[in-house]
Amino acid sequence: MEIPKSFLGYKRENGRAGTRNHVIILPVDDISNACAEAVANNIKGTIALPHSYGRLQFGADLELHFRTMIGTGKNPNVAAVIVVGIEPKWTKRIVDAIATTGKPVEGFSIEGVGDIDTIAKVSKKAQELSMWASEKQREECPMSDLWISVKCGESDTTSGLASNPTVGNLMDKLEPLGVHLCFGETSELTGAETVCEKRGKTPEAQAKFKKTWNDYNDFILKEATDDLSESQPTAGNIAGGLTTIEEKAFGNFQKIGGCQFIDVLEPAEEPTKGAGLYFMDTSSAAAECVTLQAAGGFNIHLFPTGQGNIIGNPIEPVIKLTANPLTAKTMSEHIDVDVSKILSREMNLSQAGDELIKSTLRVANGRLTCAEALGHKEFVMTKLYRSA
Amino acid sequence: MSNTDIIIHDEKDNVGVVVIEKITPDMDCNCWIMENDKSVSIQSKDEIPLGHKIAMMDLNEGDTILKYGHDIGKVVKNIKKGEHVHVHNVKTKKW
Repeated sequence: MEIPKSFLGYKRENGRAGTRNHVIILPVDDISNACAEAVANNIKGTIALPHSYGRLQFGADLELHFRTMIGTGKNPNVAAVIVVGIEPKWTKRIVDAIATTGKPVEGFSIEGVGDIDTIAKVSKKAQELSMWASEKQREECPMSDLWISVKCGESDTTSGLASNPTVGNLMDKLEPLGVHLCFGETSELTGAETVCEKRGKTPEAQAKFKKTWNDYNDFILKEATDDLSESQPTAGNIAGGLTTIEEKAFGNFQKIGGCQFIDVLEPAEEPTKGAGLYFMDTSSAAAECVTLQAAGGFNIHLFPTGQGNIIGNPIEPVIKLTANPLTAKTMSEHIDVDVSKILSREMNLSQAGDELIKSTLRVANGRLTCAEALGHKEFVMTKLYRSA
Repeated sequence: MSNTDIIIHDEKDNVGVVVIEKITPDMDCNCWIMENDKSVSIQSKDEIPLGHKIAMMDLNEGDTILKYGHDIGKVVKNIKKGEHVHVHNVKTKKW
């Protein structure tokens, strides 16, 4: 198949392009959720992104909170942002950072005003931004404007046999076109960590990966009461035939095809070394991982599943594929791409990769994913340790 | 080409993955090795569901299970060729 050279996206002020055109109401903290949700209920064409944190965090955990908030606002799938926080200082810090993209962003704080008057003020601004964004048109954008993140979930042995290698095949075909790519899941590379380390393109990237994985493993050894064998593999993984974390890891690792990673990113960190594959240090919990990748600036997500994970994200469309014929049949409303014919050898890997490229472009051009149509908007902050 | 019942990733692997709804005891199964596109056959000893593994040879306690050509864990209970390989007879080497 000849790979298309372009897709229809929303060009943004900073030169990036979005596959979606969201206006988001972003609460800085848990206690501002009510206000953000009231505004999104008042004003059509806006979405609130409620979450559970943002108070009394400190150190690296607070920095990650800011990086996730700011990155979410900067994501090119977002046309405009309203930030609502309890107090003005942290609110302003987020607004100022998002404003560097050139997109419309405004902040409001609740202290000294109360919810009701804040909701009224924010609703007026949200109406203006929603109507402004509604006039944005899709334009032709080069494939290099696609930033694709990947993460698998509820994996089984069909993931390692077929759906993960299909994503790998897409990576092998799109990497030469200057696409940004990202994989994560530090814990789920356990068992394949030395093989993965060798995929670093430079000695620096390899050393950075090794340190990231070792730090993670030290943390597990320090915090775990037993080991991770109760949660890695998960009960769903085991039901699907996966026996050990090593088996899961080598299956997981198929998602990057033959690509080498050029850098290792902190959670929610935006890549700065140009096009190519990046590894991001993330949890392997689906919603946390995709939220961090979206905050890193990725604008479309590929999610292979075996037993049927149903995750979505509010700003980054999540495309699901499966090679498990039972899942494709029993959970069809969640599956965008069925590659189960690889197992019966009616389809080869390259054909499956082409199908996935076609589906990815349709979604990039505006087709709703199953998760979007079903209303999945899991926005989950990663927390490194307890608040003060 | 006859139907494929079991797929094996790598020629070095000592386990294969069932890719039909289930295989039943004493069934003669067709296996496809992805890496070199070769076919082999095996007779199953157990009922094994879709996605679960079958031993391609006799395996003894302490042996290493190879899949994708890599070490994915150790045998903790002897396994006969054709038997179901899973958490009851194989454990991680991590943790």
